[in-house]
Amino acid sequence: MKLTLTEEQEMLKKTARDFLVDKCSKKFVKQMEESETGYSRELWQEMAELGWMGLAFPGKYGGGDMSFLDLAVLLEEMGRACLPGPFFSAVVLAGLSILDIGSEEQKQEYLPKLIRGEKILTLALTEPGYHNYDASSVIVEATRNDGNYIIKGTKLFVPDVHIADYLLCVARTKPKNGITIFLADAKNPRIKYTVLKTIAGDKLCEVVFDQMPVPKANILGRLNQGWSAVQKIIQRAAVGKCCEMVGNIQRVLEMTVDYAKERKQFDRPIGSFQVIQHYCADMATDVDSARFSTYQAAWMLSEGLPCTKEVAIAKAWIGEASQRVFALAHQIHGAIGVTVEHDLHYYTRRAKAAELAFGDANFYREIVAREMGL
Amino acid sequence: MDFSFTEEQNKFRQELRNFLEEEIKKGYWEPTCDAWVQGFDPGFTKRVAQRGWIGLTWPKEYGGQGRSHIDRLILTEEMLRYGAPAACHWFGDRQVGGAILSFGSEELKKEFLPRIIKGEAYFGLGMSEPGTGSDLASLQTRAVEDGDYYVINGQKTWTSCASFSQYFDVYVRTDPEAPRHRGISEFIIDAQSPGVSRIPMIDITGTEAWNDVFFDNVRVHKKYLVGEKNRGFYQVLHQLDYERSGMERLMGNYPLFEAIIQFAKENKLSQEPAIRNKLAQLQIEFEVGRLLIYRVALVMEEGRAPNWESAMSKAYSTEFEKHLAGVAMEVLGSYGQLMVGSKLVPLRGMALHSYLGSKGYSLQAGTTEILKNILAARRLGLPSS
Repeated sequence: MKLTLTEEQEMLKKTARDFLVDKCSKKFVKQMEESETGYSRELWQEMAELGWMGLAFPGKYGGGDMSFLDLAVLLEEMGRACLPGPFFSAVVLAGLSILDIGSEEQKQEYLPKLIRGEKILTLALTEPGYHNYDASSVIVEATRNDGNYIIKGTKLFVPDVHIADYLLCVARTKPKNGITIFLADAKNPRIKYTVLKTIAGDKLCEVVFDQMPVPKANILGRLNQGWSAVQKIIQRAAVGKCCEMVGNIQRVLEMTVDYAKERKQFDRPIGSFQVIQHYCADMATDVDSARFSTYQAAWMLSEGLPCTKEVAIAKAWIGEASQRVFALAHQIHGAIGVTVEHDLHYYTRRAKAAELAFGDANFYREIVAREMGL
Repeated sequence: MDFSFTEEQNKFRQELRNFLEEEIKKGYWEPTCDAWVQGFDPGFTKRVAQRGWIGLTWPKEYGGQGRSHIDRLILTEEMLRYGAPAACHWFGDRQVGGAILSFGSEELKKEFLPRIIKGEAYFGLGMSEPGTGSDLASLQTRAVEDGDYYVINGQKTWTSCASFSQYFDVYVRTDPEAPRHRGISEFIIDAQSPGVSRIPMIDITGTEAWNDVFFDNVRVHKKYLVGEKNRGFYQVLHQLDYERSGMERLMGNYPLFEAIIQFAKENKLSQEPAIRNKLAQLQIEFEVGRLLIYRVALVMEEGRAPNWESAMSKAYSTEFEKHLAGVAMEVLGSYGQLMVGSKLVPLRGMALHSYLGSKGYSLQAGTTEILKNILAARRLGLPSS
């Protein structure tokens, strides 16, 4: 057992932190939130040159041959920086899924372009209505037509479609027990999207597939058997979100403690009051426990071990832990923390979005209950 | 990072489980909540000792095994999982032996460590006094030098296991003129010494949980001074870090945890969404806490004393224990109020015992408030209040 990073991971962490401190100021984050694209092509290219997109992919596709655990370290730093843009969509949601279940031809086709920063990918999974991430909630249909498929229906909360070149679409190919993942051209004119205005200022879209044709060759993985792959995608996405959230709340803890040391009332730093000290201690406990449970899940995923329960524990825990952290962070920051003058709001808004993404605490508690045999 | 155990560690865990299951099968004892601090069973302690499982991490020259802190955590985790009656050796093994190893003279090490390891020396702690709780440096029990002896007068309280203890590890004031942190010393006192007396205190569960321990002109030879004279306060802080470090804060009521899950399953209560949700939340909290405690063992393995790390895990864990007891009582409904000995008492009264007993968990070995002070100062560097 070892709960510390390797030397290489520490280096990766430091490089990432330095780079993001330099390139991803809150001014930049604000600009990206207000911009139509939500990301900077120039920064995207620089990230590709640093090898970030390819980090966890095999060398033969141009990747860095590193592990998911290494990627977890990078995601933590991205969460710490509130990095805007489609990295998560392109790499965690789409790229690693292609690596998992794509044919060699598909991997050769899509991965090098993703890794070089030339193409952006995303995943269209959830749909309107209450979605609880089970197969029955997939209504979007792909019907067979002349050996090809026609996709029809609406996906919701699809990230980054407006800038994506390709998307993975999870569709129903049989009324019962038939889910298939398709690789589609995101620029197809039969895709209509609307960018939604979200709490985190990210670009989540409503996507309407209006009889979009997809060649049979674009099936990713196996026809009708896609759900187990989707479950793995959700699992990895949940852990990826946990990693971002660890970076987020770690930074918020540091900001809050610094503020408590500097801010004076009654002629003394407010951090000298026991009430504030105990709030901070509670925050630190939530941050550390979220960190360990997240990295446990990331490590297990990375090692290819079965980890349904551990992933559920990590996401359920951090969802609620982060809400506690923010309640206290705002209380300690006082009124400045609820203005846009201060950076805290960037973190608050993103934490809520991440808590909702890929299953909230209630969703994962039910999974834990099942794992306990309840 | 690596969250797995080595093959040897897994083997060791299995060996422990086999041993403990065999003990239960033979009817030597049954799994009980709080057995680490209330289960006195000299025979069990002896059988544990025969396997070399006391003083597991201590150097071989004193009879220890020189094994890792992870191994020891596995050992205690399994003892707690089975609710084994380990109270006779728990304090000596967890902290007094360590204190003697860290600060004691060679003579003290040779006198006590092999006997603790053999399961033949049981310890109680003498820290708190009637007027001294969280503010430990205010203690008043006095030791006055008299030739080769110290003469000790005063009263200690909240001493766990006291009626079984053969020795007390006691902190007393040796220099009343010095600043209060710098006038305290640590002694090992034979419980049979003339002038030592004990009065049991019954806790809210009806158990004899502690004793008041009185010292009336008790003469203790100078060789039983642990470490340097007047350095006791610094030594006790070190010892408390170890006292808080373990799995007993999370798993003291593990038999109840298992039993209530089983009960909910058997009575189909686990299909009620509210109960299902709460039990799953307990499982989550339990497993998260376990990681915080393994972190503490890893800190110890690096050769550092765990400080804010064990403050964090202890404060976290006692909340879990309270939550567990609260949920268990909720699941049992009206049956939860039935006490041991009553007709219809469910789960051998464990939920009730734990519900009442857990009120004290966040007080002993450092209140949650003191632990959060430690976290604020040592982990976060916040200014003193």
